[in-house]
Amino acid sequence: MPDIFEKVAIQLKVNGKTHSLTVEPRMLLVELLREALDLTGTHVGCDTTYCGACTVIMNGAAVKSCTVFAVQADGAEITTVEGLEKDGKLHPIQQAFGDSFGLQCGYCTPGLMLSTLQLLSKNQQPSDKDIRKAIAGNTCRCTGYQNIFKAIQLAAQNTKGA
Amino acid sequence: MSGSDKTWVGQSLSRKEEDRLLRGRGKFVDDIKLREMLYLRFVRSPYAHAKIVSIDTSAAEKIPGVICTLRGSEIASQTQPFIEIAPDPGGRIRDYPLAVSKVRYQGEPVVAVVAESPAIADDGAEAVLIEYEALDPVVDAEQALTDASILHEEAGTNKVWNGVFEYGDVEQAFRDAASIVEIDRMHFHRFSSTPLENNVVIGQWDPKDDHIHYWCNNSFPSFAIQFLAAHLQVHIDRIRVQTFDIGGSFGIKITSYPQMAVCALASKKAGGRPIKWVETRSEHMISSAHGNERTFRDTRVALDNQGVITAITSRHIDDCGAYPRYEPLGCVIWSQVFPGVYRFKNARIDFTQAVTNKCPVGPNRGYSRMQHLWFLERVVDICAHELGIPADEMRLRNYIRPEEFPYTTPNGCIYDSGNYPKMLEMAKQLIDWDGWKKKQADARKRGRMIGIGIGTTLDSGTNNFGQSQIVNPGAPFSGNSQGANCKLDIYGEVVVAVGSCPQGQGHETTAAQVVADVLNINPDLITVRTGFDTERNVHTGFSGTYASQFAVSGLSAVHGAAQKLKAEMKRLAAFVLACKEEDLEFGSGAQGPEVRSKSNGRSINYWGLANIVNVNSAVLSPELHDVTLNCRYVWRAPFKVPDTKKKYGNLTMTYASQLHIAVVEIDGETCIPKILDYVAVDDCGTVINPRIVEGQVYGATAHGIGAALLENCVYDEVGNMLTSTFSDYLPITPVNMPSVKYGHIATPSPHSYSGAKGMGEGGAAPIHTISAALQDALFDKRIFIQDSFNNPDSLFRALRGETCRAKDLVKVERRA
Repeated sequence: MPDIFEKVAIQLKVNGKTHSLTVEPRMLLVELLREALDLTGTHVGCDTTYCGACTVIMNGAAVKSCTVFAVQADGAEITTVEGLEKDGKLHPIQQAFGDSFGLQCGYCTPGLMLSTLQLLSKNQQPSDKDIRKAIAGNTCRCTGYQNIFKAIQLAAQNTKGA
Repeated sequence: MSGSDKTWVGQSLSRKEEDRLLRGRGKFVDDIKLREMLYLRFVRSPYAHAKIVSIDTSAAEKIPGVICTLRGSEIASQTQPFIEIAPDPGGRIRDYPLAVSKVRYQGEPVVAVVAESPAIADDGAEAVLIEYEALDPVVDAEQALTDASILHEEAGTNKVWNGVFEYGDVEQAFRDAASIVEIDRMHFHRFSSTPLENNVVIGQWDPKDDHIHYWCNNSFPSFAIQFLAAHLQVHIDRIRVQTFDIGGSFGIKITSYPQMAVCALASKKAGGRPIKWVETRSEHMISSAHGNERTFRDTRVALDNQGVITAITSRHIDDCGAYPRYEPLGCVIWSQVFPGVYRFKNARIDFTQAVTNKCPVGPNRGYSRMQHLWFLERVVDICAHELGIPADEMRLRNYIRPEEFPYTTPNGCIYDSGNYPKMLEMAKQLIDWDGWKKKQADARKRGRMIGIGIGTTLDSGTNNFGQSQIVNPGAPFSGNSQGANCKLDIYGEVVVAVGSCPQGQGHETTAAQVVADVLNINPDLITVRTGFDTERNVHTGFSGTYASQFAVSGLSAVHGAAQKLKAEMKRLAAFVLACKEEDLEFGSGAQGPEVRSKSNGRSINYWGLANIVNVNSAVLSPELHDVTLNCRYVWRAPFKVPDTKKKYGNLTMTYASQLHIAVVEIDGETCIPKILDYVAVDDCGTVINPRIVEGQVYGATAHGIGAALLENCVYDEVGNMLTSTFSDYLPITPVNMPSVKYGHIATPSPHSYSGAKGMGEGGAAPIHTISAALQDALFDKRIFIQDSFNNPDSLFRALRGETCRAKDLVKVERRA
């Protein structure tokens, strides 16, 4: 069984750094990030593209990295949670999630922040409805979402001022 | 803050945990990679109930990279079955972590495959051939009790436990009743508050020293090691359990010890290499743990002519799935809240638990009490409606009154404090009760179905484990305790360790707040260790994070350890500074945190104190040789062993309460229930950190709303689980979670040192509240909300007259 898989050479840029590696065709992008690149801030919560714990930005769009094969990311530019901070300083979205207490166990938080990044890149004054829609694919089991809504509003304000 | 009266406890401090989690630097167990690590995949039963005819692992073992396989018969030959908490007949059940001769639920692990990579383990698992012979499945607890098809032959029955809880004079109360309401059947559904992070275990049985080391996310490690040591027949001190950041548990991760056992045994077989098992979501949904399902039969309620409930009798049948595991503790834990928030004194509850061919249950958030509280709230609403009393008025007539606290319940529990009428008033004000009543009346005229419901609930915290003796008089458990350690390390850093196992509750922060007040320093100067580790030697047999208790048991332990450290620091400082202990004050100075003498103006900082004790001890006088500045303290709850015959005694230390009100509309065409407005009012006594408390209330509210309307563990008639992915199970999302209005009162607990009450489980208030609101919307159609789970499909059937007809289910006898 395993012998039939030929490894495939791919190259991708993650958080500004270029990586060249060979992967099994069945390897998922989230496995590549976590296992091959040791970027463990991206998490896995389900196997069915529901929970969004694995959300990363790929070529400017938020994607669920459990539903992208690593080979599909060949040539892509990817941002993970580890790529949000700049020179040790928190990104305004990270700051807003912290200030609004938009996290408890923190397992869903990286994915939610990256969905927020995508939202705010397109819409700097999101309504409550816009926010809910933007993170509809991100499940949180701890916060009841209330403080996440507040965090995203705050992030929008902070990003606008920045 | 020196010289100020302000305390750190009570402030909405940002959490110490935040920074690492925001940066993606949280350390979850799946992030850990060890040298020579192997990966384990389970082969699971597709059948709910079947005999294992044969197992063939030869093809799997031939795959390059597969190291070994493990099956139940191998485990049974080298271990003892897991401890059963039940007496006979439940106590005769033999539970092993892999099925031995038959399978008893869909998803039960049968074979473990160990390989060099997760993908090869998957390949290996696919190559395992197992032949089964199907047996009759039993998916309903009442049916199970007929014993037509028996799960555990060694027990001889599907009944795990039965007991009658009777208090007061029930017969007299019914003779004196002005009216009697009878309810045929109600049902509390099976769901899981399922955490986002699945179970993960790394286990290593090191042949060099015969020690077992776990890196895992089990949320009650002290309980797990007791089960594992007895099962694996090893000295308990040889089992080390470490946890790190945990991605939620909600009680579900308490019962991961069977998988922990398999990882250790597989490691042993693989020559001591560490074994990692990462549960998939589907595995989690079908085989980790679900909440207890419960059916309420033949309920009779006696009421006086004012609508005050005087007695309740009922039969409750609890479904614990295929193996009892933590059960039958749920058969008594509900009785911590025996009368709920109500004053009735006479009751008889006949309680039975049965095994069925479904996933074993575990102590899911609100464990065992929420089922009972839901039952009582349904009783109250139905009686109110049948007697023509408004739901709010009915509650005011029946609530335990504020002046009655501390209140002793009919079964001997002592409710510490509370003010339910005040919470009701606040919730009504926040939601604009009168306004909604008017809108509801107008809407009804236009044929719209809008209901307004109240749910009052309790979150009992800090258990008396003596209640285990009510289910099994031979059980060796009573009381409750927690351990903590507070020290000045060699360079004077304040370091705190506590035997809890947090999953987002912010224990590092609240523990630091408590110690900061004791030492009068900033919490930023205090390090609280992350996660749990048996080798920190702070745990007791009850250590873990479960059952709404950290604010009481955990912080009492931390407070005690900090006081002990402070006392030692005083003795030492008095010696060094040549003054009396009474002359000392604690605070921060130019040299950091310090102790200073008010009499002579001299001071010594923490580095100086730690230096003397740790590396400069020749300067110590002999009478100070017992000073270590490394203080372990065990806090014990002041419980007695309950009277097991009368089932009487105090079972819990604190009773936090929540009162919710929901306005729900059922769409006339689609039958989709929509929440139009929602309020949650909380009382957990003195609050340590308001933002953490508020966050817990929101989280529990989402779990409850999800459970009431979306989340249901559905089985078909042959025991196939139909909701084994998130896409089927539908965990509540940002789109269907309403905005919640939040209110708070504080009735300090006289039972805890700080006045705080444990909280966090939330008592499943939304389930009671949404059932109440749906019921209110449907009363005039004579539809009776019979189940805790209601979705468009079930409401459609009820509206078509197929189910839930009040005339079949509710009877009222009026005498006065």
